[in-house]
Amino acid sequence: MQRVRFTFLDRLIKEPVIYQMGRDFGVVTNIRRADIQEGIGWVLLELEGEDNEIERALKWVRSLGVRVDPAVSDVVEG
Amino acid sequence: MSYVSSMRCKECSREYPVGAFNVCDFCFGPLEVVYDYDAIAEVTSRERIMSGPNSLWRYADFLPADYNPDVDINAGFTPLIRSKGLAEHLGLNELWIKNDSVNPSYSFKDRVVAVATAKALELGFDTIACASTGNLACAVAAHAARGGLKSYVFIPSDLETGKVLGAAIYGPTMIAIDGTYDDVNRLCSELAEEHPWAFVNINVRPFYADGSKTLGFEVAEQLGWRAPMHAVVPSASGAMFTKIYQGLKEFERTGLIDSVQTKMHSTQPRGCCPIATAYEEGRFVIRPVKASSLATSLAIGNPADGYYALKTIEASGGSAVIAEEHEVALGVKLLAETEGIFTEGAGGVAVMGLKHLVELGRIQPDESTVVYITGNGLKTTELVADVVHPLHIEPTVEAFEQAIAASTA
Repeated sequence: MQRVRFTFLDRLIKEPVIYQMGRDFGVVTNIRRADIQEGIGWVLLELEGEDNEIERALKWVRSLGVRVDPAVSDVVEG
Repeated sequence: MSYVSSMRCKECSREYPVGAFNVCDFCFGPLEVVYDYDAIAEVTSRERIMSGPNSLWRYADFLPADYNPDVDINAGFTPLIRSKGLAEHLGLNELWIKNDSVNPSYSFKDRVVAVATAKALELGFDTIACASTGNLACAVAAHAARGGLKSYVFIPSDLETGKVLGAAIYGPTMIAIDGTYDDVNRLCSELAEEHPWAFVNINVRPFYADGSKTLGFEVAEQLGWRAPMHAVVPSASGAMFTKIYQGLKEFERTGLIDSVQTKMHSTQPRGCCPIATAYEEGRFVIRPVKASSLATSLAIGNPADGYYALKTIEASGGSAVIAEEHEVALGVKLLAETEGIFTEGAGGVAVMGLKHLVELGRIQPDESTVVYITGNGLKTTELVADVVHPLHIEPTVEAFEQAIAASTA
């Protein structure tokens, strides 16, 4: 299980990325919170599945230009 | 004793018992500590605080952990200095400098780690950990050394040795991770879930963050029990920025100071300014950036509390400003030359941000203003290495006099 945040910019906001990910990979998606505004949007979601399948799915999502972060944002600090 | 009543999700308000977790199971929102302010108001007083220790623990009634001398390295209660030279330079009549660069491990991170470590012990942990590029690592390793705790410090493998020497000296287990900044982020958030450690800014983050409230408390007390008109604060994750304001409002709520009118101003460097950019664009959604700044301690591209920093700006009537990258070192030098305080790049950003705020007319000359200096320049000497150009002379008085005459001609 992973908790992640997807950040979408511009044209990607209109793409059904989460639907496609659930359809094409062995990953169950569970959206917990989201905020979509003009030009930018983010979705917090839980992903369930085999670790390697989640990694494969996230690699595909990133390849589309979606930013993927841990749900808790940056944990590295100065 | 602590006056914590529970933990609560900042988004959906769902309540949780006190424990080592930082995210709401329901909506994945961040958790915050809930206090019984009526009970605090019953016991607190200016006299009670002033009779406390000369450290952040004088505000223990407002903190989520009890004072524990076993892990105390005397963080906090740092000087608030009335500015003279910098104030004159900027045309301000009441400027104060909160010099937090003189904490035990030389940054404000000692405050948050002091509270996180005390709470970690209460919760039964024997190991503390963090992922850091500098100041946080120093604070975690120092507190662990004092308390006889195990500590793990994760760093990007391309970090310069000098940046982490101030942490390594305390003897933590230091792990350098090969990979990008994002890789380090991902790994550490996974490790935090799998190991029984208090990862100070992950699973005990709600307690950790509240350590920064003391930066608000102290300024109010040191100003003679009043809040300033303006607070100018360098921002990375945005947590300290929001907690300074929370601290001032808690003093107001419990009757220790009058109405808080403080305008909170966030300052960020051009190379990493997601909060300031969102402010300028008039939006509350943070657009994560790939951080690249000379102010290394502010280089947080996806700030966990960025949204809440923006809400604090809105609530206080404050603003956000950006210091250009070439201004980072200028600000460090300006503070050193006008006030005798040597800060790191984040302090340079704060000083130049303050300058811009004055130029923009957001701060008027007679309004009381506090600028927060949160880290020490001796950790990042390479930033201003160009200031070293001594007069080279032969060992004679004549050579000295000639060199001085030439340099002042």
